[in-house]
Amino acid sequence: MSFTSSRRTTDGLPDLSYQPRAARNVGSRVLTVVAAIFSGIAVLPLVLVLGYVLIKGGSTISLNLFTELPPPPGLEGGGIANAIVGTLVVTLVAALIAIPVGVGGGIYLAEYSRSGWFAQFIRFGTNVLSGVPSIIAGVFIYGTIVTSRVLFGNAYSALAGGMALAILMLPTVIKTTDEGLKLVPDDLRRAALGIGASRFVMIARITLPTAFTPIATGVVLSIARAAGETAPLIFTALFSPYWSDLISGDGLLAPIASLSVLIYNFAIMPYEFHNQLAWSASFVLVAMILFLNLLSRWLGRFASR
Amino acid sequence: MAPDQDHLYRLRNRPFAEKLVDLGFKNITIALASVVAVVLFAILIVVFQGSLESMGRYGLEFLVTSNWNPVDDEYGAGAAIYGTLLTSLLSLIIAVPLGVGTAIFITENIIPQSIRNLLGLMVELLAAIPSVVLGLWAIFVMEPFIRPALEFLHTAFHWLPMFSTPPMGPGTIPAVLILVVMILPIITAISRDSLNQVPGKLRQAAYGVGTTRWGAIINVILPAAVSGIVGGVMLALGRAMGETMAVTMIIGNSNNFSFSLLAPGNTIAAMLANQFGEADGSQVSSLMYAAFVLIVLTLGVNVMARWLVKRLSLKY
Repeated sequence: MSFTSSRRTTDGLPDLSYQPRAARNVGSRVLTVVAAIFSGIAVLPLVLVLGYVLIKGGSTISLNLFTELPPPPGLEGGGIANAIVGTLVVTLVAALIAIPVGVGGGIYLAEYSRSGWFAQFIRFGTNVLSGVPSIIAGVFIYGTIVTSRVLFGNAYSALAGGMALAILMLPTVIKTTDEGLKLVPDDLRRAALGIGASRFVMIARITLPTAFTPIATGVVLSIARAAGETAPLIFTALFSPYWSDLISGDGLLAPIASLSVLIYNFAIMPYEFHNQLAWSASFVLVAMILFLNLLSRWLGRFASR
Repeated sequence: MAPDQDHLYRLRNRPFAEKLVDLGFKNITIALASVVAVVLFAILIVVFQGSLESMGRYGLEFLVTSNWNPVDDEYGAGAAIYGTLLTSLLSLIIAVPLGVGTAIFITENIIPQSIRNLLGLMVELLAAIPSVVLGLWAIFVMEPFIRPALEFLHTAFHWLPMFSTPPMGPGTIPAVLILVVMILPIITAISRDSLNQVPGKLRQAAYGVGTTRWGAIINVILPAAVSGIVGGVMLALGRAMGETMAVTMIIGNSNNFSFSLLAPGNTIAAMLANQFGEADGSQVSSLMYAAFVLIVLTLGVNVMARWLVKRLSLKY
């Protein structure tokens, strides 16, 4: 038996001890350091962005921000209250459309047709739809809802914005429902059907409640993502410097402000006060989204207990 | 069996109402599932129909000419298409080593588990930050910070076409950097998942024959996880092509074609975000044509990603 290593101990046996100066060990350590540096670079943007949003946006948080309307260009004083309300309204509209459709579609995929051709086709379509750029959802709603004025003769509206966001939420909701229901053990289904439950009762009383946590986690994440989207809103929900008339409901059919569009509009304005409002709006938006993300994480952990 | 208990053992006939609810519910879920297909086809049809006028007028020339002039009603998306491909590919070149390196670092047993979990959580939270906030940060923090470096590039290498113009704020390089920030979490998350799925036996076998940590990673673990990593990279490419807000805020939205990376540029998505609201007539049709090109590009990349994942998956 021959050893390729020429290194021997004093007894003439091959020396198998770790050689810290061997080229391959040095190379390995160098690559470890490189990987560590890459991870550092990867988390640096998060730290920097959060830091700046916290410092620049957080330092100007005041009560006015949550109660007053944004000032006209060039003037100072005011807040972003209508945009906060608008973001909540548009996201709510999107959730009310996407959750029933997405959960229903997911139920079909997981409960009725796991491997049929139609289910495979819908799964493929869901994947393709999740790859469609968000701006295209805006273009689509503009081309169908806004230009045709199909919503009672109104062009730009909160409803149209909500629909555009719903298109983006839909694939996530379907996928999480599909996968959440697949995790439910088949024993539960057989037991329910075996004691005489109908398919509908089995789904409504057994499988859906069992899969509630994974579905809720995915839905909360998709809401968080939709709340931060801008591109689908800029030519569907547009923007409004005024309060939306939500009590009579007309506000849903009129252009509506949102935090993300406010940030976009005010960031590229040449007025310092408006830039500052954009930072404050970023702070509020990021706080909302991080809260939703942590909520979904907590939901997930709650389930695994 | 006592005759009065007979009914307990008889199979129950399902009442008509119960069957109706069952059938109705099934059909409702089929209809809801079909919504996905309907929306997808409707998007394709609406955008294609909207672009017919411009397609008829310019044909394929639209893809290579780069004059975008609403005043003379002359349109060509060459500069935007070039910008889309350029920014997404450049950002991929930077983000792939960073993302895969980070994924290796947080799946290997180099540092304590709790720190690795924290790093993973931070990268995931980075994905949650809205692109418009990243755009705001890019305008007011990142771009002023890297300006001196860009000026140095121009003064030192102005004889290279890619650094031939002086930096004037918004431009292609800042857009590429912000795209890196946006696609890094996707690459890291998917690479991490596929690295975690590599069976422990492979690693033990590699260490068993006496390789080093990185010998095992490069020769055994990465090849085993390559299908997932490639899939993640392709998904990131699709995302980079379609990314709108951060790019439109920092790229400068110029439709003049330039080889310089320091000059303002444009991408299809940025052009749509900028002009769609105020466009009318044949400009809308031309923008729809550009949107159709973007859909074809992203769909192509996504479908290819899935195909590659299937081709590359190792069987072990």
